[in-house]
Amino acid sequence: MALLEVKNLGISFGGLRAVDDFNLEIEQGQLYGLIGPNGAGKTTIFNMLTGVYKPTNGKIFLDGEDITGKTNIEINKHGIARTFQNIRLFSGLTVLDNVKVGLHNQKEYIYSALTGILRLPRYRQAEKAMDARAMEILKVFDLDQESGYLASNLPYGKQRRLEIARALATNPKLLLLDEPAAGMNPNETQELMDMICFVRDEFKMTILLIEHDMKLVSGICEKLTVLNFGQVLACGETSEVLKNPEVITAYLGE
Amino acid sequence: MKQMKKMSKTTKDNLITYGVVALAYVVVEILLKGGMISSLLQGLLVPLCVYVVLAISLNLVVGISGELSLGHAGFMCVGAFAGAFVSNYVKDMIPVGGIRLLLALLVGAAAAAIFGLLIGIPVLRLRGDYLAIVTLAFGEIIKNVVNVFYVGVDGNGIHVSVKDKLSLGLEADGLVIINGPQGITGTPKDASFTAGVLLIFLTLFIVLNLINSRDGRAIKSIRDNRIAAESVGINITKYKLMAFSVSASLAGAAGVLYAHNLASLQASKFNFNTSILVLVFVVLGGIGNIRGSIFAAVILTLLPELLRALNDYRMLIYAIVLIVMMLATSSPAGQAMRERIALKLFSGRKKETKEEQ
Repeated sequence: MALLEVKNLGISFGGLRAVDDFNLEIEQGQLYGLIGPNGAGKTTIFNMLTGVYKPTNGKIFLDGEDITGKTNIEINKHGIARTFQNIRLFSGLTVLDNVKVGLHNQKEYIYSALTGILRLPRYRQAEKAMDARAMEILKVFDLDQESGYLASNLPYGKQRRLEIARALATNPKLLLLDEPAAGMNPNETQELMDMICFVRDEFKMTILLIEHDMKLVSGICEKLTVLNFGQVLACGETSEVLKNPEVITAYLGE
Repeated sequence: MKQMKKMSKTTKDNLITYGVVALAYVVVEILLKGGMISSLLQGLLVPLCVYVVLAISLNLVVGISGELSLGHAGFMCVGAFAGAFVSNYVKDMIPVGGIRLLLALLVGAAAAAIFGLLIGIPVLRLRGDYLAIVTLAFGEIIKNVVNVFYVGVDGNGIHVSVKDKLSLGLEADGLVIINGPQGITGTPKDASFTAGVLLIFLTLFIVLNLINSRDGRAIKSIRDNRIAAESVGINITKYKLMAFSVSASLAGAAGVLYAHNLASLQASKFNFNTSILVLVFVVLGGIGNIRGSIFAAVILTLLPELLRALNDYRMLIYAIVLIVMMLATSSPAGQAMRERIALKLFSGRKKETKEEQ
């Protein structure tokens, strides 16, 4: 059974049908790409998958469980984490604390506010375990040297990496990346591609990403769905989809 | 390694804050023993503690949780009246001032926390300017509601009325405790400078430990980016309410201390100006900077009294000091100047040590 199953998903904003009859199936461990021209509805789909928007119709199943219409907090607890098109870090917190906020809801680190205020033994134990886990994640993203910096003081590429690190800290089953390569130069994009593949293998992660950089898409995505005016234009293996004449006219250009 | 350094830096920072308060307490106590503090200033010591606690607690909402609240005096009012009522009620039963004050503090803080929670639930749906306006309104509502309350006690228990003293229907031995606009009179003067400093320590302990815990991180993450906080599963409402009600209960405790320093207490004291005054402390001390709030509260409370000799020019100089402080703490030029001065002082000291060698 697929990890993520989306059936007939649609949303209307007033009279505007932003997404219509959207279907998607992602298998465990897959690296899936969602592409399309600007305004096609890609981010809207992300917002529906993560519970920011409530779909007008259709169903979303994660691991066989119906998560349609749940709040974004509940959906995160079910196992979907995301990054944003425009970076959204906790800019006033340190790099380490950014990841620790990601660890917030995991059972082994939970303690009550009173425990925190009174500094009971549980506080020290949980904070220590959290620090260790957060540093482990930061190391994967080569950010452990910067753990004490304010997130806003990191260079752009590292901010993007920190956002992925924070999303992974919530221990998701499915990771959604919204234009991870936006604003990166070719070298950084190459590094990012390596990193995404590494995350997939290391964390056994399933990844769905939105991207305009065709080099990245054709380089790492196994399957693609192309969206145009809120509707699926094509879907299937990456190499085949990119040869599809409709896709070429609508998005890639001759 | 770096992370260890960072952690110890926060701890060190907190210890400095505790140390500053402790040092100030010792110095003032020594000066008091030596009789070097005028009676005017002596009278200011408890209000000073009250304002410090208020500033720290408001900083939890404004600086840490990032919401502008203009109703802080309202929570102070709830705490003051609840605490003073309890003290008057048990005045004859508990003769020891300290225990009476402790009981009043607990009741006052609890009452203010409940109000904080009740007001927070509807109000925290709003953000920014709207939240500021609504909290301002609630502060005024609390003040005006308390203003019309008559509460008395007799053999049959507690009587409450919003009409007048007579409608309480007290028996001959009855006692009116809260007397409408005239407020509460005859509250035992249980507050002392020592009690005030202890309350400051307690406030610092609660606020600083809360900030540097799992929940504090969640509160700050909401301030920095609400959407991202939701995306990693942070319950926005819960943490905003937590910050708001903890802040309210500490303001209530400050109100209790305030009430026990005055022979008569009226609700009209807890008006918009008081809320703004506390906000000024927070803003001038640096939003989110707890130690700064303490300094700002102390300086700006003492200043008008110290400038009393200047009569007409008092408020003018007060305003100038406000502007200078703002420039010094917040403008880039001011910050650069502070760094230059620090550098000069530091290198000057270095030179001296060299000469000594």
